[in-house]
Order: sequence, then structure tokens, then C-alpha cells
Amino acid sequence: MSKGIWIGIVSLALVVIGVFAVFLSADQIASGHYGLLMLALIVAAIMLGFPTAFTLMGLGMIFGFIAYQMSNPGEPWRNNQIFSLIVQRTYGVMNNDVLISVPLFIFMGYIIERANLIDKLFRSVQLAMKNTPAALAVATIVTCAIFATATGIVGATVTLMGLLALPAMLRAGYDVKLSAGAITAGGCLGILIPPSVMLILYGATAGVSVPKLYAGAFFPGLMLTVLYIIYVMVRAMINPKIAPKLNAAELNTPWAEILVNLAKSFLPLALLIGFVLGSIIAAWATATEAAAIGAAGGIVLALAYRQLTWERFKEAVFLTARASAMVCWLLVGSGVFSAAFALLGGQELIENWVKAMDLTPMQFMLLSQVIIFLLGWPLEWTEIIVIFMPIFLPLISHFHIDPLFFGIMVALNLQTAFLSPPVAMAAFYLKGVAPPHVTLNQIFAGMMPFMLIQIFAMFLLYMWPDIALWLPAQQYK
Amino acid sequence: MQRFLFFIDGISTWVGKAFAWCIVALTAVVTYDVIMRKLGNPTVWAFDMAWMLYGALFLMAGAYTLSRNGHVRGDVLYGFFPPRLQASLDLILYLAFFVPGILALAYAGIGYAETSWAQKEASYNSADIIIYPVKVLIPIAGMLVFLQGIAEMIRCVLCLRTGQWPARAHDVEEVNVEELKQMIGIKDNAVAGAKS
Repeated sequence: MSKGIWIGIVSLALVVIGVFAVFLSADQIASGHYGLLMLALIVAAIMLGFPTAFTLMGLGMIFGFIAYQMSNPGEPWRNNQIFSLIVQRTYGVMNNDVLISVPLFIFMGYIIERANLIDKLFRSVQLAMKNTPAALAVATIVTCAIFATATGIVGATVTLMGLLALPAMLRAGYDVKLSAGAITAGGCLGILIPPSVMLILYGATAGVSVPKLYAGAFFPGLMLTVLYIIYVMVRAMINPKIAPKLNAAELNTPWAEILVNLAKSFLPLALLIGFVLGSIIAAWATATEAAAIGAAGGIVLALAYRQLTWERFKEAVFLTARASAMVCWLLVGSGVFSAAFALLGGQELIENWVKAMDLTPMQFMLLSQVIIFLLGWPLEWTEIIVIFMPIFLPLISHFHIDPLFFGIMVALNLQTAFLSPPVAMAAFYLKGVAPPHVTLNQIFAGMMPFMLIQIFAMFLLYMWPDIALWLPAQQYK
Repeated sequence: MQRFLFFIDGISTWVGKAFAWCIVALTAVVTYDVIMRKLGNPTVWAFDMAWMLYGALFLMAGAYTLSRNGHVRGDVLYGFFPPRLQASLDLILYLAFFVPGILALAYAGIGYAETSWAQKEASYNSADIIIYPVKVLIPIAGMLVFLQGIAEMIRCVLCLRTGQWPARAHDVEEVNVEELKQMIGIKDNAVAGAKS
């Protein structure tokens, strides 16, 4: 085994030992300390790679069982409250009217992904952008933004763009790093730009309305896309060599042809997303209704493009079932876990600690965002939302921070996790399909500026919260 | 042994894929409800139908997802471990966390479903839709996931012996580079041809 693994294991052991030290140094062991032990164990078990949903369920069950047995000695084990908590939490996830939209949006995404619209989209956007500097890179980001928004699938977007846009850019003489950065950064936009599943999970966990979250994430998502585009254009203007102009044939494409192409490939998809998103933001439809219409519309669109075979349709159905099961079983697990955590009083202990630190809201905001950023390295965003958000949320209200605003900041923050080496998934997806001479280091280096832009976007959002909060405020007037 | 594993995989897959079609029904039900509402004739049953379809979908696909190693796991370290270490860690954690958690779910689910079944429980709103069949799915899903978990533990033991992970059944992947290449490849060449 390599050195890195040992460093990982040792640091993991240190975390657990550290928690035990806190445990032993406490004047008296309150049951809240068991809650902290549970939290440390969960992080350790996740790092060891065990499926998170079952880790959460198992730990929740064991600790909840002990907690109840300790406070009710002599009670037969069958009456243990944790059993009814487990089923109730499971049933709660099933009976949650916000979460119904999760499989529907996933289904819409897979249908659109399998409908094979992306190459036409890229071609037409690329020609429409022919006169802008770094035309191909801008087209890549625009295509990614639209496609990733419609599908919400990072892996597929980056892979497809890696197959389509990367060879095109390299052939045109684009800088490798710039090309790789544009694809990876653009491919991750689907996490933030609504309709994103992440925001639904946050909404369900934090009790914030999903239409408000979607309205709130709309302008930050747009802002990030525009910042990316400005960045590649400025780079190309400073140094035209890294992004040469399109060839003469492409530059001379008549506008009539370009418009027809756009109308054929760009418009239908843009209308579908616009309709789905617009009806949610305008509060005409719930997220569930809009998601169902979006999925039905996606099927119609795929049929209209003659791309929907029975085989692909079946694949989309099965993939939807697996992705939904993954997300929802995780929610079941975290429900059991947080029930046990509350039963043990771990939440109270953490709240008291943080309150004793006497932070200003600004300091708390920075601290929480840094913690979430660091958690984004070892953990997936799903895990961060379902395990750690319930812990942060009561503190947010203590510091009078708007949970809506906090949610948008978290969504923006978790974007950076997709682009931060060495764990950035987007880089590995791109590496998997890139020509051999493109190294992983070049991809990482290409992503760095975009990651800095994301941090800059968080700064802008923090300074001017109205970027996120203006649209939700207009919603129910 | 491999045949036994594929047999359990087969059960999970069959059930999961059967319930996967709930998503099509869910799309249809909600879309129909929206259209009827806009026509001024809302349905009373669509809401209950929708959440039950959604609940059945994810619950019954749990074992299928496990059989494809599809539940989210942190692979920062795990991905770099040699197979034997992966298998021994998995086996320990299956016994420590998975078994008590899932058994508790199945056990508690039985009592929960029995109560609901005995009352012939229905939804509280005017539609009066029966909901006890969905609650019965909870212990069934728990048992299916547990069964699949046994198969996974056997896989760990096999891996400990041979030093290699036993094969899994082939299935559709989210990112299958070859398929994606095929999907866009032909057209990509056509585009390149048009350019030259």
C-alpha cells in the first residue's frame, strides 16, 4: 500500500482517539457525549468506504437502542423506542411530499441524457458564438450549463463534453488547461442551477420551500455561468494564442442557417427547462408537478428527435430506480441517525459548545462554510446535506441567518468540492475520455481558476445577498 | 457459490426492475392530475397515488441498488485499498452496522405493517385510498435488502480467500464511456466529414 493510504488511516485513527480524549476529559459523561462518539464513528465509517445509508441506520439503531435502554432500565428490549422510530422515519421519507420530485427530476435527467441532444446543442451554440473570443470554450460552458441543468448528472455531462468538446478544442489549437477547466467547471453547474436535486434535499432537510430555493439559486447560478464565460473571454483576449478563432468555413456560416440550427436543437430544450423552472419559480406548480411535466416533456422531446428507443427508455427507468433508491435510502438512514442523535442529546451539546464560543453571525457563517468545504473533500454532497445540515440548522436560527440564504451558500460551496483536487470527480471523468497526452495534473491546473471564481462568487453573494434573495421575495406578492 | 450469488442478485434485480416502472406511472399520474386541475376537474386520488408510487419505487429498489454496488460510499481511501483489505473492512462493517440496522427495520416493519393491515388503514382525506399495502412493503424491503446483504457478505468472504472481487451481473451504467461514444460517435464523424 502506498504512503497516502497510511496517512489517511492514521489521521482517521487520530480523529477517533481525539474524540475519546474529549470523552474521557469531560467532568461527567453525559449521554450527549455518546452522541459525539456516534458522530465521530460515522465519519470514520464513511471514510472506510462502507455504504453510508447502512452505516447511518446501523449506528442510529445501536446507539438509539442503548440510549433508550439506559434511560428506561428494566424495560423489555422489544419495547425499545428505537424500533418504532426506525419504521416511522422510513415511512416519513416515503410519505414526504417534497421528495416525490426527486425521482421525477432524476427520470427527466436520464431521459434527456439518453435522448442524445448534446452534440447538436454544442454544434449550434458553437456557431452562434462564432464572433466571441474563445468561441469554443464559451460554447462549451453554455452547452454544459443548459445540458447539466436539464439532466443534473455531472458524470455524464463531463464525459460527453470530454468526448465532444475536448477534441474539438484541442484540434482548434486551444490550450489544454483552459479546455479542461471549461468542461469540468461547466459540467458541475447542474448541481447548483435549478432544477437541482441537491436543493430539493436541502429543502426537505431544512424545511425551506423548494420553489423559494429554486428562485434563490437561479441568479447565483446564472452569475457563476457568466463569470466563467467572462473569465475564458478575458483569457482569450489577453492571449489569443490559447484560444484561436474558428476556421473560415465556420466563421462564414450564414446567420440564417445558424438560427435554424439553434431553433432545432437549442430552443426545444431551453423551452422545456424554462417551462419547468418558470412554473416552479412563478409558483404556478409545485416542484413535483413541474418535475412530472418535465419528465413527460423530456419523453416527447426525445421522441420528436427520434432518439428514444425502447432499450434507452428501459435504461433510463432502471437508472432512475437505482439513483432514487440511493438518495432515499440515505435519507432513511440519516433519519434514523438523527433520531438517535437527538435522543442522546448530542445536538444540545454541540449547540452549547458553539454558543459558548460567542461567535458573531459573520464568524459563524465563515466557520460553517469552511467546515462544509473541508467535508466536501472526503464526503459526497448527499452525505453532507443529509448528515450535517440537521446539525447546522438549529445553529443557523440561533445566529439569525436565513436558512434560504444559507442553503444557497452551501450549494455554491459544494460546487467547489467537485473541482477541488485531488478528489474532484469531474477531473477523473474527463481524464477517462481525454486523449492520453492530457494529464490529470493539467486538468487539475485547468480547474483551479474556476474554483477561485467559485470562491469569488461566494464572496459576491455574501456581500450582496440580494443576488439570491431578490427573486424569492418577488414570488408570493 | 457464484450461482447462488447470482440467484440472490437475480431476485433483487427482478423485484427492483419491476418496481422501477413505478416512475413511469408516477410521471403519468402527476401529469394527468395537473392537466385535469387546469381543466377545472382535479382528481382526489392522485396525491395519495403519487406518494405511494414514489415510496414503493425507492423502497423496493434498495436491494437491487445494493446488488449493483450502487449505494453511495466514500471512496477517498477505500478506492485505493487492495481488494483483501476492502473485503475485510466491508465484512466487519456489514456485521457491525448493516445487520443490526436492517434487521431492526425488518423486525419493526412487521409489527408496523400488521397494525396497519388489521385496521385496513386508509388515507385521512376524502379520497379514502387504502395505504396498508404500502406499509407492508417496509418489512418486505427490509428482508430483501438483508438477503442481498448476505450475498454481499459472501462476496467479501470469497474475496478474502481469492484476493479478487467476484464478478457482478452486467447492467446499465450511468457513465458507460463505450456506450456514450457509440451514441455520439457516428454523428461526430459525420460532423468531421462535413467540415473537411
